[in-house]
Amino acid sequence: MPGLEDLYREIILDHYRNPRNRGELPVPPAHRTEGFNPLCGDEVVVFLELTDGKVTDVRIAGQGCSISQSSASMMSSAVKGLSIEEVARLTRAFKDMMSIHESSLEGADADSEAESELEEIELGDLEALRGVVKFPVRIKCATLSWNTLSQAIEDTLADS
Amino acid sequence: MDHPLDGTVVKKDFPLLGDLRPDGSPLVYLDSASSAQKPQSVLDAMDDLYCTSYANVHRGVYRLGVEATDRYEGARRTVARFIGAPHEREVIFTKNVTEAMNLVARTWGAANLGAGDVVVLSDMEHHANIVPWLMLAESVGIELRWIGLTDDYQLDLSNLDQLVDGAKLVSVTAMSNVLGSITDVRTIADAAHSAGALCMVDAAQWVPHLPTDVVAMDCDFLGFTGHKVLGPTGIGVLWARSEILDAMPAFLGGGEMIRDVRKDGWTVNELPWKFEAGTPPIAEAVGLAAGIEYLETLGMDRVRAHEVDLTAYALDTLTARFGDTLTIHGPSDLSARGGVLSLALDEVHPHDISQVLDQHGVCVRAGHHCAKPLMRELGVGATARASLYVYNDRSDVDALADALAATVEFFTL
Repeated sequence: MPGLEDLYREIILDHYRNPRNRGELPVPPAHRTEGFNPLCGDEVVVFLELTDGKVTDVRIAGQGCSISQSSASMMSSAVKGLSIEEVARLTRAFKDMMSIHESSLEGADADSEAESELEEIELGDLEALRGVVKFPVRIKCATLSWNTLSQAIEDTLADS
Repeated sequence: MDHPLDGTVVKKDFPLLGDLRPDGSPLVYLDSASSAQKPQSVLDAMDDLYCTSYANVHRGVYRLGVEATDRYEGARRTVARFIGAPHEREVIFTKNVTEAMNLVARTWGAANLGAGDVVVLSDMEHHANIVPWLMLAESVGIELRWIGLTDDYQLDLSNLDQLVDGAKLVSVTAMSNVLGSITDVRTIADAAHSAGALCMVDAAQWVPHLPTDVVAMDCDFLGFTGHKVLGPTGIGVLWARSEILDAMPAFLGGGEMIRDVRKDGWTVNELPWKFEAGTPPIAEAVGLAAGIEYLETLGMDRVRAHEVDLTAYALDTLTARFGDTLTIHGPSDLSARGGVLSLALDEVHPHDISQVLDQHGVCVRAGHHCAKPLMRELGVGATARASLYVYNDRSDVDALADALAATVEFFTL
């Protein structure tokens, strides 16, 4: 059985206790998007400000477990200043780490091209969430804020 | 009353609840409000049906089919006896309590509710007793009213007469799956009847834990689910007064529920088969009856006494060890609550509690418990819920307390 330290890395607990970019942004110009984990009731609210195709500001509200809240905090730090395309790539890299990556480690057929693309992306603090894949029930906690951000970008683009 | 029930002894009848899992890890099962474990007698009863007497029911002239039918209908008799139903034909087998509630909403509701008609629910309902009515609110425009909560997590009945005035139906839980609060069903049923409304009871959390008597409750509909009463999944029960069931339109159409079918029409079968379209869950009914018989052998008064005793021990133990840092969302009055402990620690989210508890083999449910409107009333997103049953004992409560202490330690280091 994987141990707790695989899941609750120190940096995760730090983001949970001291969440970055916590709060709200005035709507408009920002866009407000809610994400729910229907299984457990975790709730993430993303306030997103996009200017000229770039994330100029982001704030996170809502409530949830250490994994969902720390993931949201790390995400907010990681995406600020990135272009929409860069956010999309980072999101893909993060989600790959949350799912596909595990099977490729076990020697399943890895798409080498996608693999090398992934390796070029700097996940930084987000790497700390790698252990979540050992606790499959919690993967949805970790990806909740990312799915909500994707939705927020879509909504913002649809409105503009 | 006989000697008290001993959870440590009862546990031995449940194969899954040995001290260790097959991989050698410990197991402390505290999630019976979600689903109960099964005694050997339930497994044996289902096995025996499949090994000796299985065929489809109500079909075969051959002896095997008659035997299977006898066991299936025998299960109905057992259920009727267990809940004090005046007539066996009032016991309808469904898939679960959710289907029972939906059956009432879709058939009785469709025939009797229109735009502006009022259905009264409470703030502590499970989604199964909310969403079917929200669906009717959307489709035909019924109006919903809500019985609120008191400060001690009970239903606030101070304005009950006002709430039920002009209502067609009052549908409430007999025991909250989140708070353990026991509802004064009789008072609510009396108020409903005085106002000319019917009363439905979601008894999913009541039937496994307290003696059930639908006549004493004086309700009109009552639903419960089999897998919480030591039975298998895939079977639930709707009980209702026969004159109401007779007047209700049929639910699903198909075999079994018809008397005659022509190319241009059909006529409906009599109760209870009118509401049991298609091949029913035969072995599941037999398993449910075996679960009920197991509980009858223990005695439901003793089951209740055991759970009151164990709940008192749990509340005392947890309060002594964690004081104000642990919130237990539920009534303080033991006579008004069941063995459901919805826990919240100051510093640790319920998901994380549940995760650390699992490392200690302690199974509790974390989340909104399919009662999101209640969670909003409580102002919390989730709780970690430990729930007690016949096979739990003080060592299980101690293990919960130890694992909670380890959780606090882990997260406050």
